Amino acid sequence: MAKGSVSIIVERCKGCGFCVEFCPTKVLALSSAFNSKGYHPPYVVAPEKCSGCDLCGMYCPDFAIYGWKIPSNGKPGEDSEDEE
Amino acid sequence: MAELEVIPENPVEQFLRMERIPHIWCAGCGIGTSVNCFARALIESKVDLDKVAIVSGIGCTGRVAGYLKLDSFHTTHGRAIPFATGLKLANPKLKVIVYSGDGDLFAIGGNHFIHAARRNLDLVIICVNNLIYAMTGGQVAPTTPISALSSTTPYGCYEPPFNLPQLAEAAGATYVARWTTFHVRQLARSMKEALNKEGFSFIEIISPCPTLYQRRNRMGDGLDAMKFYKQRSKIRNGAPTSEVAFDINSDIIVGKFVDRTRPTLLGTMHHQLRERLGEKYACVEEVACH
Ligand code: SF4
Ligand code: SF4
Repeated sequence: MAKGSVSIIVERCKGCGFCVEFCPTKVLALSSAFNSKGYHPPYVVAPEKCSGCDLCGMYCPDFAIYGWKIPSNGKPGEDSEDEE
Repeated sequence: MAELEVIPENPVEQFLRMERIPHIWCAGCGIGTSVNCFARALIESKVDLDKVAIVSGIGCTGRVAGYLKLDSFHTTHGRAIPFATGLKLANPKLKVIVYSGDGDLFAIGGNHFIHAARRNLDLVIICVNNLIYAMTGGQVAPTTPISALSSTTPYGCYEPPFNLPQLAEAAGATYVARWTTFHVRQLARSMKEALNKEGFSFIEIISPCPTLYQRRNRMGDGLDAMKFYKQRSKIRNGAPTSEVAFDINSDIIVGKFVDRTRPTLLGTMHHQLRERLGEKYACVEEVACH
């Protein structure tokens, strides 16, 4: 079971590729599809590998992606200790 | 495993004027990445957001003040620090952060920077250094590396650039760090430390400008710059700032270089005036507006 999940706001993306490159567990890939601005947004290729570390969210210059931990009690954001 | 009912929102959004997003920064520009780190630092430092003011000058980074949903002030070119000085002196309870670019802070605003550092005014200075004047058309800046091409140095820059951490330390800054936009966790931590520190703090962020610096210098896109930072950066906390000059052909030294204490401007001012005026002196902190 994945420890985290990632949300992508496709229309905000400018296709820089930072998230795909720097996700430590290679959860993401750039899609061959275009968004309405003509950029290739990322999509999730390996959801089970997401730790919710939110490195993608810290890298994204366009605020278009972010990760979050899936807590054991089902409520997000409560036991989200970051690992360094 | 219980079903998730709510997907949390992007932590940076609470600090953004969402009606102005998408922003104008180019694809692969690093300024937005620095804003993510700043948002995390605001959360972690637990500063009172009603007592935070963001001041920017002019430039691509100068737009940060306009995108942040905090009390913010987009000032004239190079004059972010004078405006910030006025804010801080008039209302010392404010945490005043200057968020601007290398051209704005170190060319036009260079004198303001050294004097605010000398006085040890309690400000946080965040400088996104893209090695060029970007918004105005890619002109040479006091941070442009030797031999780099810019719109005003078509045969290569021949002026040596400033070593910003050394300049900050020599002028009197009490906190000096440099990171690149690759170092998001470290950068967020430094921003948090600077927010929680009293005195003049300076953080330099080496950041990609694919449009105006890298294209002319054949350095690829934003992601190429990020990979370059990853490969060429060496973390040396506490390194003497005389040894950290930025040189595009050698290692990029990053880390926290200075963390010291000096009396602040307001502290020495109160001390001096109280000594001379005694009872007659009404401390500005007691009369400031809230
Ligand atoms: S949250 Fe972390 S693990 Fe998940 S996609 Fe983002 S960077 Fe990868
Ligand atoms: S010109 Fe350079 S610094 Fe300005 S938004 Fe574009 S990439 Fe960023």
